[in-house]
Amino acid sequence: MQPHAHHPTGSSFFDWIPILIVVGIALVYVYARLLNNKKSKGSNWSLGRSISFLLGISLLCIALTPTITTWGHADLRGHMVQHLLIGMFAPIFLVLGAPITLALKVAPVKVARTVTAIFKTPLFRILSHPFIALLLNMGGMYILYLTPLYNQMLSKPYLHAVMHIHFLMAGYLFTWSIIGSDPVPYRSSFTTRKFILFISIASHAFLSKFMYAYLYPQSSPHAAEQIQEAAKLMYYWGDLSELLLTILLFTSWYQSRHPFPAKLTPITP
Amino acid sequence: MSFTTGNADLKKSMQAAALIGIGIMAGIDEIIFHQILSWHHFYDHSTPEIGLLTDGILHAAELLAIVAGFFWLLDLRRSQSLSKPRARAGFFIGLGGFQLFDGVVDHKVLRVHQIRYVDNLLPYDLTWNIAALLLLLIGIYLWRRTVNQERTQMALS
Repeated sequence: MQPHAHHPTGSSFFDWIPILIVVGIALVYVYARLLNNKKSKGSNWSLGRSISFLLGISLLCIALTPTITTWGHADLRGHMVQHLLIGMFAPIFLVLGAPITLALKVAPVKVARTVTAIFKTPLFRILSHPFIALLLNMGGMYILYLTPLYNQMLSKPYLHAVMHIHFLMAGYLFTWSIIGSDPVPYRSSFTTRKFILFISIASHAFLSKFMYAYLYPQSSPHAAEQIQEAAKLMYYWGDLSELLLTILLFTSWYQSRHPFPAKLTPITP
Repeated sequence: MSFTTGNADLKKSMQAAALIGIGIMAGIDEIIFHQILSWHHFYDHSTPEIGLLTDGILHAAELLAIVAGFFWLLDLRRSQSLSKPRARAGFFIGLGGFQLFDGVVDHKVLRVHQIRYVDNLLPYDLTWNIAALLLLLIGIYLWRRTVNQERTQMALS
């Protein structure tokens, strides 16, 4: 099977469309931030959140440049770099940017109400549960690498696009279910989130070693050494992203343990 | 959570530090033996599938242990219930305990990987496990000593 290649000679305008969409999202975020600071004088939108969101956007842009995309179509290592950036690292920084909270602050009341109403639906509550988010995120990876889907994808460009969108959305959903700070009516307990994160780290480590050992995706056009190198990238860099996620989860636990800031003394009767 | 300031939470201090010990020993194993010396293989072709699965689970547990232990210790310190001697003892018990576990269960029972791929493995296994026992014994010694000191303090006050 020949790996699929869009434009062997140079890149056309169409190759830049994903980046344009991502930059568009960044511009909307920046605009919303300016709008928010104008509307609510004094309580400015956190700079840290904005920087984090733009960092996430930058990671997406790097992953979607035509050079990396072409590499990712032909080489499993390139594919893995894209997967790590789009599905694991970018979501962390995007979630820390709390775009939903910002949207709720600046959106017209009607829109904000609709969004809040969606948050209250049972479907949203099920989808945003860490366990379901884990299934969507990890399940997607297991299906992609352990079934013939990967080889299918190499010959069908639309499947490539679907895969990237799935990585991003499932990665965002999972990260959000673990460390999200947006105002939703229901959130899983710290214990549940910790346990699901544990399962996620274990299943990611297992999948990448399994791919290394049994050379998955099988019967792909990639050489055995290339698959092993890609599996190592997945193992170590995936680990780093999950270590980051663990630290962030525990940071929120640490902060929630102390309802009173250190400078204030609790009122004693 | 104990709010009694000045009253150290002895058990938790030890547990939190032991978690860090476990995580650090796992990190040493990963960085020094896998990455720097390349003695261990990333994957050893004799590893059975169950070994691969337990390897993933252990790895996740180690990663969570080091982060959880660190934040737990921070939390104890903030609420002024950290006992430093107990934490020191717990840290060594964690280090030694994990290394011994790695040497016996991972290497010998589950056969995830070996210390080094040479003909005569015995000196490596012995050094590994004796070093583990030493660390564990240091931890137990520190623990006993601390318990004794605590008893004397209790008797004095």
